[in-house]
Amino acid sequence: MKLFGSVIKKREKIKRREGRHHIDSNRQIAVITYLFLFLFIAMLVYLGYFTQVKNKSVINNTYNKRQALLESRLIRGDILSRDGEVLATTMSDNDGGYYRSYPYRNTFAHIVGYSTHGVLGVESMENFTLLSCDGNIVTRVRNDLKGMKNHGDNVYTTLNTRMQEAAYDAMDDRKGAVIAMNVKTGELLCVLSKPDFDPNEVMAKWDVFNADTENSPLLNRAFLGSYPPGSTFKIVTALEYLKEHNGNVSDYGFECTGSFEYKGSVISCYNEQVHGWLNFDDSFANSCNSSFANISSQLSKRRFADTIDSLMFNSELPLPFKYSEGYCDIGEDSSTDDLLQTGIGQGRTLISPIHMLMITSAIANDGVLMRPYVVSSVVNSDGGTISTVKAREYGRLMDSRYSESLKKMMRQVVVNGTARRIFDTKGYEISGKTGSAEYSSNKSLSHAWFTGFAGADEPEIAVTVIVEGGGSGGAVAAPVAKRVFDAYFN
Amino acid sequence: MGRIVIEISRYMIIICMAVYTIQCFAVFRFSNEYDRKGIYLRQNFFMVVIHFAGFISLYARDGDIRYFRAYLIQQLGVLAILVAYKLIYPRANALVINNMCMLITIGLLILTRISYDRAMRQFYIVMGSVAVTLIVPYIISHIRFFEKFKWVYVFVGIGSLAAVLLFSTVINGSKLNIHIASYTFQPSEYVKIIFVFAIASILARKHGMREILISAAVAAVHVILLVASRDLGSAIIFFVVYFAMLYAATKNILYYLMGFAAGAAGAYVGYRMFSHVRVRVTAFLDPIGNITDAGYQISQSLFAIGTGGWLGMGIGQGAPSTIPVVSADFIFAAICEELGVVFGMCLVLLCLSCFVMFMNIAMKFEDPFFKLVALGLAVAYIFQVFLTIGGVIKFIPLTGVTLPFVSYGGTSVAVTCCVFAVIQGLYISKGKDNARPHPKPGDFKTENLNIMELE
Repeated sequence: MKLFGSVIKKREKIKRREGRHHIDSNRQIAVITYLFLFLFIAMLVYLGYFTQVKNKSVINNTYNKRQALLESRLIRGDILSRDGEVLATTMSDNDGGYYRSYPYRNTFAHIVGYSTHGVLGVESMENFTLLSCDGNIVTRVRNDLKGMKNHGDNVYTTLNTRMQEAAYDAMDDRKGAVIAMNVKTGELLCVLSKPDFDPNEVMAKWDVFNADTENSPLLNRAFLGSYPPGSTFKIVTALEYLKEHNGNVSDYGFECTGSFEYKGSVISCYNEQVHGWLNFDDSFANSCNSSFANISSQLSKRRFADTIDSLMFNSELPLPFKYSEGYCDIGEDSSTDDLLQTGIGQGRTLISPIHMLMITSAIANDGVLMRPYVVSSVVNSDGGTISTVKAREYGRLMDSRYSESLKKMMRQVVVNGTARRIFDTKGYEISGKTGSAEYSSNKSLSHAWFTGFAGADEPEIAVTVIVEGGGSGGAVAAPVAKRVFDAYFN
Repeated sequence: MGRIVIEISRYMIIICMAVYTIQCFAVFRFSNEYDRKGIYLRQNFFMVVIHFAGFISLYARDGDIRYFRAYLIQQLGVLAILVAYKLIYPRANALVINNMCMLITIGLLILTRISYDRAMRQFYIVMGSVAVTLIVPYIISHIRFFEKFKWVYVFVGIGSLAAVLLFSTVINGSKLNIHIASYTFQPSEYVKIIFVFAIASILARKHGMREILISAAVAAVHVILLVASRDLGSAIIFFVVYFAMLYAATKNILYYLMGFAAGAAGAYVGYRMFSHVRVRVTAFLDPIGNITDAGYQISQSLFAIGTGGWLGMGIGQGAPSTIPVVSADFIFAAICEELGVVFGMCLVLLCLSCFVMFMNIAMKFEDPFFKLVALGLAVAYIFQVFLTIGGVIKFIPLTGVTLPFVSYGGTSVAVTCCVFAVIQGLYISKGKDNARPHPKPGDFKTENLNIMELE
């Protein structure tokens, strides 16, 4: 790297020989040259980094008008399920034109999305992948010579068609969301939102879908829905209590009389039920509001707030698509009423189904959360693999001691608690937590929640279900989850 | 069939550019100009191929017969520049001539794709500028009293910038241009050269506190006038050029560091004082988040570069018209989109090889005045390249300057021609000087060689 070294040495030699003392700034000029070389190398490295790494997340933007340009040159690639079923493809019509077709119609509507009118779902996330052509060069040249369009790359998703269909049928015409993932890898297996729409009709019925503000069929409730968590939040409260007692809760006991009063705040059990004498696990299994209000009243607000934040509330989620952030406001200055209401999952807390699923998966996976993903690989039109997505760990959400306790408690919910009607399974065991979240001043109206996991020996997959206005979580949401589990295991 | 032609030319252009760039640095393996002749000729060949492949591609897309005319005129014009320089100045540095012609070729090609009429206009400006500046190397190598006009430079420079501030109209929030009759020109461009001469003449012989203060005052007035006209890019260039020259003249590392400190302080004050500076910074930090207003330009530029990818979409196959001011400030985005990031990187390296050659010429001077002039012009050139490319790829905040020789814009091209001509003049006169006291050819060889031993 001696750029100017010999010039400088030579100059100095001449100077010494001739005894001249003229101005010679060659060392300084060399310093300036090196400075600029360094600047330019940094700039080129950045340009390379941008092109290789950052590129995809930047160009996939609706303001980038090049999509239409690419679409006119090649045939948009297919979107496939994990077992190779076609979820979206491009067909040619009789006039030599092309149109996008979704063979499963409404079933995969939200997660696969549509490309005809703006873009949504995988169609949006992988917009430029589907419009890239990494096919065999010989095939490409041959197509060019024949004047035929080349085929864009195909995208394999992690979606399981059987589970998706089971969820679709189980939800029937109720509003809500069903979402499932592999707890060990983060692969999303099923993402369903109701009410739905037929992506084949997006072009024709765009205005109708958009005008329907009552049902909002285009909204993906699984990611963008924001609901009060109801009793499913008792998972968080229980975790905090376990942490404050170092996992030892065997001496907890509570006599439930149907309601609990503390410093002027009154909390009642669901449907005014009286649970009688309960230990910690019983309180959880029976989802006793009174007992959990009692538990909440004993918590440190500061540490509770820390635990809530450690479960990714009030912050971003590690997701590659649009979602709603979880909201839960507990701090030193929270009122007693706020503390008790939050502890049983009412109050102002809000959570999206995907967020609930991520917390559940972390419990099932010994406290470690895997990053959820939906695109597993990209292959070219000849079947050659272009890129594969690997499972990536996000981090530990809780100590494995606590996740172990929570696992056992969630199993009790199914064995003899609020979700016992889904106890009867073949070849695998379900664990979970139900919730019935009141969402208006009319106390008889509630969203039905179920979030849980299942596996033969150890947990494999997690499922979260919400049925809007469904009523009891155990009666309404849990059976939906069971059908999805059945579709996976049987 | 058309697509095949487009695809083949796409790869041809990238390969030719890559080989050309490698040869820019490979010339330094040979010790004298005679041995390098073969490489220089091959470089010219690759230049012709790139231009031809580009135009064939455009013709294959549109089938527009006008492209043949433009192709012939442009190609003959560029070759005429090459021949004219070699005939009139056989001792001129062939690498710098080649690079100049290559940059002009790339500029004309991408401009033709963006706007046929602009490209032709640019072509005539280039030809005119080269023709006029052909005399410059002769003047530089024969007249030795440039140093005497110290105050003329200072007054012409400051006067021109003040005139812009007083008489020009505001375009895009900045005052840049002066209209005389039906001509528009941008004085900050040519003042760059005058400024370098002014600072060099003040600091060349003596650099006591008095000279340093005078030079600092002169530089400060220039920079303040430019900031007041909201011509931030030029202001930063003048600033950097001044500190580079001050550091080289005084050989005091303290001034070098002071330059950095003053730069940081200036940037902070500018950020606090001017809302348009804050807008630039916001756009730099999160262009996509501010895509509807401040970040629009950079977002579009990044879309273009990103969608083009390493190999580009092929000339005529992208959508460069979606990028604002694509023919001037954002020309690099259009080049990356259609010719590919690989090509864009080669272009950057090509500019860098010009700079290294300029600095090498500066080092060979013993006359402090011309040494400083060469240094100042080299820094002004390369820093402008850095500002425009860095801004376009979001490496640094956007400052809105042109890419010399490539961007559309009359004054920019004319001034860059002049800068290159001055450097050629210096090189020629140095060659003469060297030849006289040291008749041994070996001396000349070794000095020429070591500029690129790093490769």
